Amino acid sequence: MFQQRVEDGLVLELPTDVRSIEHAVEYVVSRCGGCQDHAARLRLNFRVGLTEALANAMLYGNGRDPSKRVRVEVTLGPDQIRARVTDQGTGFDPAAVPDPTAPENLAKVGGRGLFLMRKLLDEVSFNDRGNQVTLVLRLDAASPLVRGGAQA
Amino acid sequence: MGFQVSRSDGVTLVDVEGQLIVGNRQELKQKVLEHLENGDRKFVIDFSSTGYIDSSGLGVLVSLSKKIREQGGELRLSSLNEDLRTLFELTKLDTLFRITGTRAEALEGF
Repeated sequence: MFQQRVEDGLVLELPTDVRSIEHAVEYVVSRCGGCQDHAARLRLNFRVGLTEALANAMLYGNGRDPSKRVRVEVTLGPDQIRARVTDQGTGFDPAAVPDPTAPENLAKVGGRGLFLMRKLLDEVSFNDRGNQVTLVLRLDAASPLVRGGAQA
Repeated sequence: MGFQVSRSDGVTLVDVEGQLIVGNRQELKQKVLEHLENGDRKFVIDFSSTGYIDSSGLGVLVSLSKKIREQGGELRLSSLNEDLRTLFELTKLDTLFRITGTRAEALEGF
């Protein structure tokens, strides 16, 4: 894993290898020194959200091609964490992904990654090409674990 | 870190230590399917030592539950912490699995 510290953040270049995801996520979380007051949101929301973004980039974006890489740019601010994940694929249409909680999809093995990102992060946006996702987690004590106030 | 398999009164217990995510889901699948092929039919996957699960981890549980049911068996999940319960509730997978608070409850009447 190539890593570079920049002001208020860091940049990672990952190989397309799903075994690298856990280490990369833990590294990013460890760099957020001021996040300790938001342990639950960091532990669940950010970890799972970033894991999903990296998995999507490697499995679907880069098509598991080990010659392709995934770039992660993280900005650690006083009130939010922003992570931008870019793959080298042709992109996809996020609007075309079906709701995995619909009765006809509930027993399907896949299709929950984007749904979890949207539920667990405060903002999820894609570039026009669909090969770059930006995740934002607000470090606000009033923010619920789950978007929409549906905290379990 | 990893998956520890043991047997208790005819039930196969699998402890998930660490994360259950895209990077290790196949290892869990392989271990459970080996036991299924060897004739085991009652499975409990225990999450008392688990950090977090991603969508791939949830997916492998759905897949294993289906395969076990097809062989006339049952998969129960136990000891999910609040974070993990949140993930199951968000995805509505809590309606698909039998989830118990403790391992002992999972083994009860199995």
